[in-house]
Amino acid sequence: MAEILVLVEHIDGEVKKVTLELLTLARSLGSASAVWAGPGYSESARARLAEYGADKIYVAGSEEIVDYVVAPKAELLAQLVASASPAAVLVAATAEGKEVAGRLAIKTDSGVITDAVGLGDGFVAEQSIFGGGVNVRARAVKGTPIVAVRPNSTAPEASAGAGAEEQVTVALSDAAKGARVVERVKQEKGARPELTEAAIVVSGGRGVGSAENFAVIEKLADALGAAVGASRAATDAGWYPHQFQVGQTGKTVSPQLYIAAGISGAIQHRAGMQTAKTIIAINKDSEAPIFELADFGVVGDLHQIVPQLTEEVEKRK
Amino acid sequence: MNIVVCVKQVPDTATERKLNAKDNTLDRDAADGVINELCEYAVEEALKIKEAHGGEVTVLTMGPGKATDTIRKALAMGADKAVHLVDDALHGSDALSTSYALAQTLRKIGFDLVVLGSESTDARTGVLAAMLAERLGVPQLTLAGKVDIDGSAIAIQRVTDYGFDKVEASLPAVVSVVEKINEPRYPSFKGIMAAKKKPVETLGIADAEIEAAQVGLGGAWSEVVEFAVAPPRAAGTIVKDEGDGGSKAAEFLASKKFI
Ligand SMILES: Cc1cc2nc3c(=O)[nH]c(=O)nc-3n(C[C@H](O)[C@H](O)[C@H](O)COP(=O)(O)OP(=O)(O)OC[C@H]3O[C@@H](n4cnc5c(N)ncnc54)[C@H](O)[C@@H]3O)c2cc1C
Repeated sequence: MAEILVLVEHIDGEVKKVTLELLTLARSLGSASAVWAGPGYSESARARLAEYGADKIYVAGSEEIVDYVVAPKAELLAQLVASASPAAVLVAATAEGKEVAGRLAIKTDSGVITDAVGLGDGFVAEQSIFGGGVNVRARAVKGTPIVAVRPNSTAPEASAGAGAEEQVTVALSDAAKGARVVERVKQEKGARPELTEAAIVVSGGRGVGSAENFAVIEKLADALGAAVGASRAATDAGWYPHQFQVGQTGKTVSPQLYIAAGISGAIQHRAGMQTAKTIIAINKDSEAPIFELADFGVVGDLHQIVPQLTEEVEKRK
Repeated sequence: MNIVVCVKQVPDTATERKLNAKDNTLDRDAADGVINELCEYAVEEALKIKEAHGGEVTVLTMGPGKATDTIRKALAMGADKAVHLVDDALHGSDALSTSYALAQTLRKIGFDLVVLGSESTDARTGVLAAMLAERLGVPQLTLAGKVDIDGSAIAIQRVTDYGFDKVEASLPAVVSVVEKINEPRYPSFKGIMAAKKKPVETLGIADAEIEAAQVGLGGAWSEVVEFAVAPPRAAGTIVKDEGDGGSKAAEFLASKKFI
């Protein structure tokens, strides 16, 4: 069966959920090989990757790979594309994943598809563009297809793979060592899941009213085990940090459930959340465009509705 | 310092954007063209760097004839001159072709620093800056939330999911900036008038030594197989809050097995 490389996303030695999704997707199209870049690999990581179907695990554990921005990962993958001749390479469509894909495409003279929400026979990818208004099917027509797949595009399913480990060393070029990471600054993120990976996202907009009032949104998010998002009106006002902005110029999320509270549903906001499976809107204006997308909507004051919802969720736990 | 800022004209996000059924490319006539909003942050950052360190800011745009509006906007903000890469052969270029064409042009016009926005609001690939760094063989300083330059040393804060990375390199380099790194200035009336007299050099693919086989629809590394307008979402249930709106929402969540 054709080998498909999956670049592993990991943090503090833990495999991220999106990688399990990519392994599941790779398995449906061929034999999945995981590629671990950088330090942190362990037996538990191996077990996890094998559990989700990795037949092979390439491990390039050198510190150097993460000491420089993006380019070393692209060099590692290019080396594996040359030696293993895979049928395709999958990466997560995170900001960095897409950059790796872009550089790899140039190195291997291959086509690249970014932000795929599905992938089928012939590595034809599905994309949702223009704020969810248009569905596109696209594919690479040269080289080895390189596809950056959005988190939450597939449900991860366990199915044991052989998990055979192969150590890889990569000699980095000088060009790959141009931009050195001298420090990683981790900002408090608490126990909440990452915005783009979360199965549930609760977002607040201008209707929330103030930075303090975002606690209402956070409480509901915590009751649901969700990530918190915000509209640009809310980040512009300084009520919530910009990295949580959902939309055209913020993050794109495709969660199972998206709850929009006090958000009107401007097209630029929809661009970041329209592919959510289920959408709930809470807004005091029954004419707000967000209701056009909602599977369930409540017209009313979010300051009444959201705390009541939070309480109900807590009760039913 | 020779600063080149790459800007793109995109269809206004507030209007309905379409693909052209003839060749599956962006229908540029269907919507008004505006400067990609994220490019405004790049222009502003380039101008701030020039103000602090001296030099010259050149706007580089690849796009059809009507992209001159976007060039004028960047010049009105304060850029010194512009290069417009325009050629029918470029129509339908994908990210790989575009990065190739821009890299050839950058080699031709020279640069110490290339500044871009983090992505365009139409294609949204977010890969162009990384691709340019790869093609030009210079450091990739992308997703910058802060840029500091000291002589030939450059440092950025690269925005990540967990916070940011401090990254260091030497010039020449490619930088991309994120939204909110700065507050883009509005062109003044004086700026708008001055922009009309600033030099705009027009280059075709031959001028920039771009091979026709590597650009345009024919040269692209990827293709759109088909597209369709997304079917509207099925109409949902909308209830009015009568003091029980939160409970009703909870019932809905329970019916969908979220709780
Ligand atoms: C190029 C470009 C890029 C953009 N990118 C983004 C982006 O990435 N993300 C983004 O979100 N926006 C983006 N925008 C901005 C976008 O156009 C909207 O301005 C923005 O989404 C509005 O945010 P909002 O819905 O929170 O605010 P508003 O549109 O002001 O809506 C607030 C809503 O809250 C409701 N409300 C008020 N009080 C209450 C209450 N007590 N209870 C319940 N409901 C209440 C109101 O009825 C209203 O519908 C972009 C714009 C441009 C031009």
